[in-house]
Amino acid sequence: MIRLTIILLCLLASISSSVTKAKIIHSERSLYRNIIVDEHKDLRCLKFNVKSNKTSQSCLSKSEPHKLVFNYTKLLFASLLMIDDPKRVLIIGLGGGTMSNTIHQLFPNAKIDNVEIDPAVIDVARNYFGFFENENIRSIVQDGRIFVKRSMLKKQQYDWIILDAFNGDYIPEHLMTKEFYQEVKALLRDDGVLSANTFSESKLFQHESATYHAVFGDFYNVKNLKNSNRIILATKYKLPTAEKISLRANKLVEQLAIFGIDIMSIQRDIKSTKNHKDWSTDTRVLTDQYSPANLLNLK
Amino acid sequence: MLNKNKIMHQEKQHLWQNPLIYILAFCSGFCIMGIELLGGRILAPFFGSSVHIWGSIITVFMLSLSLGYLIGGKLSTRDASLNKYGAIFIIAGITILPIALYAQPIMESIFIQIEDSRYGSLLASMCLFFIPTVILGMISPYSVRLLVTDKESSGQTAGILYFTSTLGSALGTIITSFYMVLAFDVNDIVVGFSAVLVSLGLFAIAFNKITKSDLNELEVAIND
Repeated sequence: MIRLTIILLCLLASISSSVTKAKIIHSERSLYRNIIVDEHKDLRCLKFNVKSNKTSQSCLSKSEPHKLVFNYTKLLFASLLMIDDPKRVLIIGLGGGTMSNTIHQLFPNAKIDNVEIDPAVIDVARNYFGFFENENIRSIVQDGRIFVKRSMLKKQQYDWIILDAFNGDYIPEHLMTKEFYQEVKALLRDDGVLSANTFSESKLFQHESATYHAVFGDFYNVKNLKNSNRIILATKYKLPTAEKISLRANKLVEQLAIFGIDIMSIQRDIKSTKNHKDWSTDTRVLTDQYSPANLLNLK
Repeated sequence: MLNKNKIMHQEKQHLWQNPLIYILAFCSGFCIMGIELLGGRILAPFFGSSVHIWGSIITVFMLSLSLGYLIGGKLSTRDASLNKYGAIFIIAGITILPIALYAQPIMESIFIQIEDSRYGSLLASMCLFFIPTVILGMISPYSVRLLVTDKESSGQTAGILYFTSTLGSALGTIITSFYMVLAFDVNDIVVGFSAVLVSLGLFAIAFNKITKSDLNELEVAIND
């Protein structure tokens, strides 16, 4: 915690505060994408491919580095209403490392595995976004699907699995099939939770919902109007009741407020698919055999 | 008289034989690239979708095609016939079936044996695609052998053949990736390619049988 703060302070010290226009402070072409880090006023953002605002993957507030900037990262913390203190966390898709840093600050003893296919993204997260690693926090350069399959062979179990290999409009097709979700489910502890940051309004959304439902049964959707992402929360067996959720929310409210997360308001945005199935029943489930995922999005 | 008969014998060939060979070569080009493209899909669940996946697939396809050209060319020097040509298609069709039937257990055991996904995907590509692609590669030189009648036009004949088979490859790539994956399961497409190749092979053999007996009758008629 202290080391993290020091890193963040050093980071701040190195930045001149007189920037007014978005200034590119780092750009490179990695094996998978263009990576751009730019700064505008207090915000330092990680972008993939183009310089538009829409494509921000992760942003850091330089004056308040612990505060979460993006709505979807805040929504992801609805996961904590599903489980008690997580001890082992798996994050697929690193971005700026915001999730890992925040989870570490909340649960310093939790073991966090960050899986990222692109080594350049890990370096940028370390150098520009204060991504923090220690004996509890690992980052692994690997395709998410391969990591999950290998972890299954090693009989690994996680309390909290976060799927965030999503850049705003594209998800790798082999990371959204029924078989993949079954593999992820096998890595979940009996009382664990899977959270996925994903689409909320594209054509693909229906296929994705149908696929999650085929593997997990009813799940929770978390979304609010401000944002076009939604968070899916799925569990291995039963979803926690509303009472249990509000009990946990009350316990977490102050702890999460520090990070700019209003868990009380997020709690109200959680909807079960039990009463509210927003996809048609004949929607085709995505499988390894049938996964034209991003093509469906175009239609 | 004897001389004339000999020439007649050499040239006896049905009007539709060459167009048929071009159509068959077109379809084999279509299937080769369709399968290559699906290869990425088939390997992704075990070996990811990183750039080395395509490295493995393209290496294996190029290697097998090159060997196929060599073997097909050699084979065409021994009594080339439309029957044997059809047989190549049938065998190619049969050897792509394991891609649909056994890919899962094959990739699973390779995944467990080999940690490095580069060599894993290379070995998996070899196991799945090497044999059918070698056989599909035999088709091009064999087609040249069946099409070429004289030295003068041989270059042009080969040019038209490459044109049709490579055009088939281009269409196989785009139609598979743009449209077929939206409508069908990967395995269904592979089985579809297999069915097309086997049917074309059978058709070539049937065509040969029918036209040969026609031509024999004709020959008998002329000799009379």
